[in-house]
Amino acid sequence: MDLLEYQGKQLFARHGVPVPAGRHATSVEEAVFAAEEIGFPCVIKAQVQIGGRGKAGGIKLAKDRDEAREHAEAILGMDIRGLTVHELWIEAASEIASEYYASVIFDRSAKAPLVMLSTKGGMDIEEVAAGDPEAIARLHVDPLLGFQDFHGRRLAFEAGVDSDVVRPVGVMLAKLYEMFVAEEATLVEVNPLIVTPGSASDGGGREVRALDAKVTLDDNALFRHPDNAQLRDPSKEDPQERMAKERGLTYVKLDGDIGILGNGAGLVMSTLDVVAEAGGSPANFLDAGGGSKAEAITNAVEVILSNPKVKAVLFNIFGGITRCDEVARGLIEAFHQINPQVPFVVRLDGTNDEEGRRLLAEANLPNVRTESTMDGAARKVVELATATPAAASAA
Amino acid sequence: MSGITGREGTFHSLRNREYGTQVVAGVTPGKGGQDVEGIPVFDTFHAAVLETGANTAMIFVPPRFAADSILEAEDAGVELIIAITEGIPAHDELRVFNTLKKNGRSRLIGPNCPGILSPGKANVGIIPAAFFSEGNVGVVSRSGTLTYQIGNVVAQSGFGNSSIVGIGGDPVPGTDFIDVIAMFQDDPDTELIVMCGEIGGDAEERAADFIAANVTKPVVAYIAGFTAPPGKTMGHAGAIVSGSHGTAKAKAEALESKGIRVGRTPTEVAELAVSLLGAARSASSLA
Repeated sequence: MDLLEYQGKQLFARHGVPVPAGRHATSVEEAVFAAEEIGFPCVIKAQVQIGGRGKAGGIKLAKDRDEAREHAEAILGMDIRGLTVHELWIEAASEIASEYYASVIFDRSAKAPLVMLSTKGGMDIEEVAAGDPEAIARLHVDPLLGFQDFHGRRLAFEAGVDSDVVRPVGVMLAKLYEMFVAEEATLVEVNPLIVTPGSASDGGGREVRALDAKVTLDDNALFRHPDNAQLRDPSKEDPQERMAKERGLTYVKLDGDIGILGNGAGLVMSTLDVVAEAGGSPANFLDAGGGSKAEAITNAVEVILSNPKVKAVLFNIFGGITRCDEVARGLIEAFHQINPQVPFVVRLDGTNDEEGRRLLAEANLPNVRTESTMDGAARKVVELATATPAAASAA
Repeated sequence: MSGITGREGTFHSLRNREYGTQVVAGVTPGKGGQDVEGIPVFDTFHAAVLETGANTAMIFVPPRFAADSILEAEDAGVELIIAITEGIPAHDELRVFNTLKKNGRSRLIGPNCPGILSPGKANVGIIPAAFFSEGNVGVVSRSGTLTYQIGNVVAQSGFGNSSIVGIGGDPVPGTDFIDVIAMFQDDPDTELIVMCGEIGGDAEERAADFIAANVTKPVVAYIAGFTAPPGKTMGHAGAIVSGSHGTAKAKAEALESKGIRVGRTPTEVAELAVSLLGAARSASSLA
């Protein structure tokens, strides 16, 4: 699960990572109130999970109440590269002397957390990595040992941070690592990590602060983090994906018009490829899972057809634990309940496949045809989708 | 069998036994002293190993208990641990992987895998053995159902499999492609290797380098997920294109650049394997 900036920063604050004071708002009134609480100047930031928010006009500095109102009105509801802004984060403006980059990444290749630090912050780190790889200090941490003080020092010296902030940068890295482990994240990224110019009032000591937050949490660990499991991103919620989740199905919405159902993640991924290879465009990924019962299949058909773009549906089942007769029963039940208006191509192979095909033949469902091979079924469904005019699919 | 008293655990334990696997013990804390169709149940792995000498464990407990169960099996001295459980937290997997690596006494297959089947010999896991016959094709795969698809076409063409090893669809598999491919290279029963990968990570790219440097047997590969959009997890926790990393195209190109044949569909992979084996057969019968 990818968090919004403000959600990430709230986790930062909980783990002692320094962040500017900030408040969350979902309306113009709330935003103005938050800005007054924080004081001016402050920054109004669109909360959507996409890069280039600043360039798109989603991040604005407000010097006073009127400007805060003006910016909040402009940004709320704004479309940033396809995402609608529903939420704002109002934050105290920071003075910036330097911009660094810091991250902790779940490095699946090394099978250890990777901590990175660079003084080239504020820009796309992939570009820095490509153009100037030496500018990024990297260190794998033994997960059984954890992050030690020397790790922080070594990274700070190797990255070449200003000598007066070696210690606070090291401390921040330690806290980011602690949060990475405690919240079971797979990514914690701060870009930019800023160094303030320092002020006369505190003796000129410069501080470090996380000015942005990119955090990804492990979905499989959310059962241990009930607070995190409640976090939402309204700009990303999709009605079909939510419906599938409520029914315990693994569903990913795609751009095309051919609904796909299969059993097993690898087989479904492969089915999408074979359909694309045949010239079609899949509307979704849906894994009905191992041992799918008839009810799960009926649910899945409903989810697939709730996407109005779907013009034809392909079932690709290789029964191992899944029994093809159960799949056939589920499909027959779905036809009784929701009477789909689009053609179905069904490929049943594996456990009880003959029984499944016999049940389908007996039920004599309109618009359902069976195919014996995966490749043949893909070609057939593409042909049918191409022949079907775009129209509302489910009755 | 850890989790033998659960519904699925019982079903698959008995299926494995029926196939000929020696299923000597189950482990369910608090149910020690009971039995499942004659298979004695123990409270701890330590007691089970001490009493029965079990050298292989199958982990079938829910995700929140699975890492603990794997570590218990390892602590009890089990050499081969096969974890079927799907949905284990990534940080748990990291801890398990690094602990097993440090101690160096157990091999973990999975998690989130269908297990290992050596047709005619033994089956540990959930692979439906009926679709596979004995033969010389070694299959290593991140996906279960894709393996069934490929194995079935191979069997229908009159060939069979030496072993089918599911390494699982998670980000931190205990055993990687390279480990299994190295074993197939040394396995006298394996003539040809099928490697079945998918999007996410760089295990396929590293395997390509390893094969080019170390493997003399023919290898045919498949990669699933050419149409997967970036940033979306495609069913398996490990199947995700992050930014420009882990795409199917890059993996297929890495393999092909090392001279490894990559089939475009599972059926084509099976057909490639069969034609290579067929050619080898007729060459040897002519000789």
